[in-house]
Amino acid sequence: MNQASVSHACAAVLRRDLTLAWRRRGDIAMPVLYALIVATLFPFALGPEDALLQRIAGGVVLVTVLLAMLLALDAMFRSDIEDGSLEQLVLAPQPLALMLGMKILAHWLTTALPLIVIAPLLAGMLHLPMAVMGVLLLALLLATPMLSLLGAMLVALTAGTRRSGMLLALMLLPLCVPVVIFAAGAVAAAQQGLPWIAPIAWLGAALALALVLAPLACATALRIALDA
Amino acid sequence: MSRWIPLWLHKLGSPPIFYRFAGALRPWFLGLALIAGAVALYGGLVLAPADYQQGDAYRIIFIHVPSAWMGLFVYGVMAVASFIALVWRIKLAEAVAMESAPIGAAFTFITLVTGSLWGKPMWGTWWTWDARLTSELVLLFLYLGVIGLYHAFEDRRQGARAAAFLAIVGIINVPIVHFSVNWWNTLHQGSTVRILGPSKISGDMLWPLLTMMVATKLYYVASLFGRVRADLLELEGGKDWVRRIATGEVVPGEQA
Repeated sequence: MNQASVSHACAAVLRRDLTLAWRRRGDIAMPVLYALIVATLFPFALGPEDALLQRIAGGVVLVTVLLAMLLALDAMFRSDIEDGSLEQLVLAPQPLALMLGMKILAHWLTTALPLIVIAPLLAGMLHLPMAVMGVLLLALLLATPMLSLLGAMLVALTAGTRRSGMLLALMLLPLCVPVVIFAAGAVAAAQQGLPWIAPIAWLGAALALALVLAPLACATALRIALDA
Repeated sequence: MSRWIPLWLHKLGSPPIFYRFAGALRPWFLGLALIAGAVALYGGLVLAPADYQQGDAYRIIFIHVPSAWMGLFVYGVMAVASFIALVWRIKLAEAVAMESAPIGAAFTFITLVTGSLWGKPMWGTWWTWDARLTSELVLLFLYLGVIGLYHAFEDRRQGARAAAFLAIVGIINVPIVHFSVNWWNTLHQGSTVRILGPSKISGDMLWPLLTMMVATKLYYVASLFGRVRADLLELEGGKDWVRRIATGEVVPGEQA
């Protein structure tokens, strides 16, 4: 197996997943709509005062994006398991971790990227100051791939089970606590005019680590979950 | 080193032999745990002096602190057993890991409940988003995730392997969570009992605490043995040795 065949396979997996997502464009819109609805509910529940909304805006947007991603996570490998193509991927001569990495990338592009695009809108609805918007987007750009990578590992673990929605949330919560703390910490620091680079740097370091390790862990988890 | 120790350990890994071994030792562990627990409670609740600042309310530490230690200790045992189960595929290690999880979750739950009972008179609140409380809560969620994943599979051994993997991921996560919530917010008092260097606690209070720690460890072993025995009977339901126990040909705990 040479270099060319691996990069070919990567491109093929990525193209296939993106095509499939594009054929069902409605599914891409769902998490976005969900995030929009959740963010709309907050002012109704808490009252429309500017100061309060401004203070919670960063955290609300982060948690909303996280919940919307959680909603879409369940479907990451489901259709592939149902039609058996995931088992073909496991049997393929190309490294499974790399193939799964491509699938995670495709999932991030179709789920997280639209959410990041509408994040300024959500934050604007909650009166987040424009000056902080850049930090929020940076935090989301670093935090959402983390969530995709960690989530993919857990989805792979539950691949052999039928019901997994709530279980996935229960398993993801402990793993995403540090991500939320640092991402929200950066936004809060920026809002108070404090230096915000430290939490962003921590997020970046964690992302670099997860980028290398999570696909490997994902491959191991999938092998465990699929061998019956 | 003589050869019999590895040989003995190897034999112990076989379900029927472990079943008899655990059955023979379990009453001893349980009895010693009850005695040590009673002594520690007497020492802690009656003999130890009241705290100059917290009065009698501090006495909850004799339950709270050993439970908190056990919450972490059991997670460690579970992670090591999980690692052994994944690498060498030993059935007994899977049973130990999966049966540890509910015990550890119970200890963690006790820690949270006693902590909040103490927190009400001392801090004036049942719950505060403090670093240690939050880590403990996250630990409970990790336990619940492992238990939930184990039961989500129809095939028990497959479920055990998947949950074992999650337990290992969790143990990498524990220090990260602890570090990040510390950075986030802290109110809880620091450690007073140390392994290295002198403890910042009076001897009258220390010995009941350490006795209780021994008692909880013994109880954990007794409880684990009982649960693993039941688990092994279920896992090995079709095997001959289980059939012989079920039909009463051998009395459990005796040499076959």
